[in-house]
Amino acid sequence: MRQPVPLLARGTGLLIAAAVLLLLVLTSLALGNRNIAPPVVLDALTHYDPTNFDHSVVITQRVPRTLLALGVGAALGLGGTLMQALTRNPLADPGLLGVNAGAALAIVLTIAAFGWTSPASYAGVGIAGAAVAAFVVYRVSGSVSGQSDPVQLALAGTAVTALVEGGLIRAVLVLDYAAFDSFRSWDVGSLSGRTLESVAQVAPFVGAGLVMALALAGTLNVLSLGDQTATALGARVGTVRLVAFVAVTMLSGSATAAAGPVGFVGLVVPFAVRAFTGPDYRWILPYSALLAPILLLGADVAARIMLGDETELPVGLVTALVGAPVFIALARRRKLATL
Amino acid sequence: MSGELRAGVLRTGPVALRFSWRAVVVGVALVAVTTALSVVAIAASEPTLDVSKVVLALVGQGDYYDWLVVTRFQLPRALTAVLVGLALGAAGAVFQSLSRNPLGSPDIAGFGAGASTGAVLQIIVFGGGTAQIALGCVFGGLATALLVYLLAYRAGLQGYRLVLVGIGINAVLSSLNRFLLSAADLNLAQQAQVWLTGTLNARGWPEIWPVAVAVAVALPVLGLMGARMRLIEMDDELARSLGVPLARTRAALLVLGTVLTAAATATAGPIAFIALAAPQLARRLTGAASVGVVPSALMGAALLALSDLLAQRVTPGGQLPVGVFTAAVGGGYLVWLLVRANRRRRR
Repeated sequence: MRQPVPLLARGTGLLIAAAVLLLLVLTSLALGNRNIAPPVVLDALTHYDPTNFDHSVVITQRVPRTLLALGVGAALGLGGTLMQALTRNPLADPGLLGVNAGAALAIVLTIAAFGWTSPASYAGVGIAGAAVAAFVVYRVSGSVSGQSDPVQLALAGTAVTALVEGGLIRAVLVLDYAAFDSFRSWDVGSLSGRTLESVAQVAPFVGAGLVMALALAGTLNVLSLGDQTATALGARVGTVRLVAFVAVTMLSGSATAAAGPVGFVGLVVPFAVRAFTGPDYRWILPYSALLAPILLLGADVAARIMLGDETELPVGLVTALVGAPVFIALARRRKLATL
Repeated sequence: MSGELRAGVLRTGPVALRFSWRAVVVGVALVAVTTALSVVAIAASEPTLDVSKVVLALVGQGDYYDWLVVTRFQLPRALTAVLVGLALGAAGAVFQSLSRNPLGSPDIAGFGAGASTGAVLQIIVFGGGTAQIALGCVFGGLATALLVYLLAYRAGLQGYRLVLVGIGINAVLSSLNRFLLSAADLNLAQQAQVWLTGTLNARGWPEIWPVAVAVAVALPVLGLMGARMRLIEMDDELARSLGVPLARTRAALLVLGTVLTAAATATAGPIAFIALAAPQLARRLTGAASVGVVPSALMGAALLALSDLLAQRVTPGGQLPVGVFTAAVGGGYLVWLLVRANRRRRR
């Protein structure tokens, strides 16, 4: 086991991460289809003039998009970390574990049945679908008393995802032309065109999830010693696991509902963080909450400017391109580490 | 297993073929089931037809109009289902035997996702016709499968690493597919969506040839290689000491399995899960110790014929692609397999 970085360095690192995030927020407000100079951005934030076109781009488009990236990023990072703690499995990622598929199925059914087309209205159903799928995958993988086999869990996620996406969602999409049109623009995984309404939908869930996750941090450390030891040390294992499960579902479900399926953020960030902080969740969780928005916001800015012209790449594609090599490198290791 | 004990031996001159009676019974039963399902599917396809009319038309008797409908339009579709099923089942057995893993199917190795990307690119970006789509499909599938095998290879091919690398590559490609679908014209996107689900709709005589030739060539060869496959499933050292040329046998199996998968995909799109489920179901029915090519192929044909019948019956006009059913049935089967394996481990 590698010696963890000293306390002072860990604290400083957190401050540096916050500074980078702030810088990235300003970049995100300035760059895009139309580049706006930083002084004008600050001007728009402090003295908003609705008749100035640059100002209105910053306030009506870039600010909601940036806020949403922060919320969704934090939710994905924390959701992934909690999922990994809960399953004691370094490969646990809400996208790979069928949570996205569950949210997608719930959303496609609401689109087909009620004709809802605005991503801002998907949060509730998305969370419900995510909860059901996460529970099913967890049971199918044969995870009992917290310890799960990484490969079994990934397989169960793949099986449930195949069943839901290949079978059920496809059936709806092939039969319902209009639902397919609404669904495909959500399914691509993007932050473009979102309003403050979307932000308001996600914010309470992310806020609650953040509080629950940080409150659990100390107990998760005890839990990682194994159930018997944790119980002997006075932890209420069942309760902790239930709270963590509720937090994961709220975080991942609301993020997926708002932005569509965005993979690998919840996998890569905790992995990188753990290498720096060591196995202490009181550090891993705050770091993940800062680094995941950095990754998502960075990917979103890259997605906006990468092709140069009017067309944007979806942020989900960018995170997949960044995250998949890390995942594959992890899978190629001789022995899969367990948490 | 009792079926293995009651083995029969067929001798002609220097060649002796050892077979299990139980496998023969299962094989004959599967052929009968597949034939019956195909006849029922043809009868169900037109309101004017019924089973007796179809049987009469197939033996060249009965009403001329019925004969025309059956042989011109419905028979090629039913035959395509059977041939694609044979190809996928046999290919699944080959890959599972090669990787010594019940999950070693071309789906898991990323063939399906790569084939989808190839087809979607042809439909949406290049606007290609049926032949180009089929080519794009085959090329995309082959390139992806090769990439997955190369990335997963590290001092030998281990099952879990193959699965995980496949999952990673799958995630990237499906993300790319969703982007292409969302950026395209709605009609093209819908067409691509149906194609990448895998469908037998509107398959006629001209489309049937690639898969028919592939099955006619590869299946008999694989059937004769059965004994060698049993040996290479064991330890490498053991197989070599028993005189099996390992590298050559593996390469031959890989080529044959890939040809079958590619032909099936070019004909019907990436139909999910038949290659995964058929060998395991056949193995359970025949009570054999390992997956056999011929029983797996017959099981694949029966499964696809059943799925196609369901696809035609559930929705009016039968617009639901058959891939929807195989994914639902196959995904459910995989879930059941995992649940059962875990329950046994816990005991």
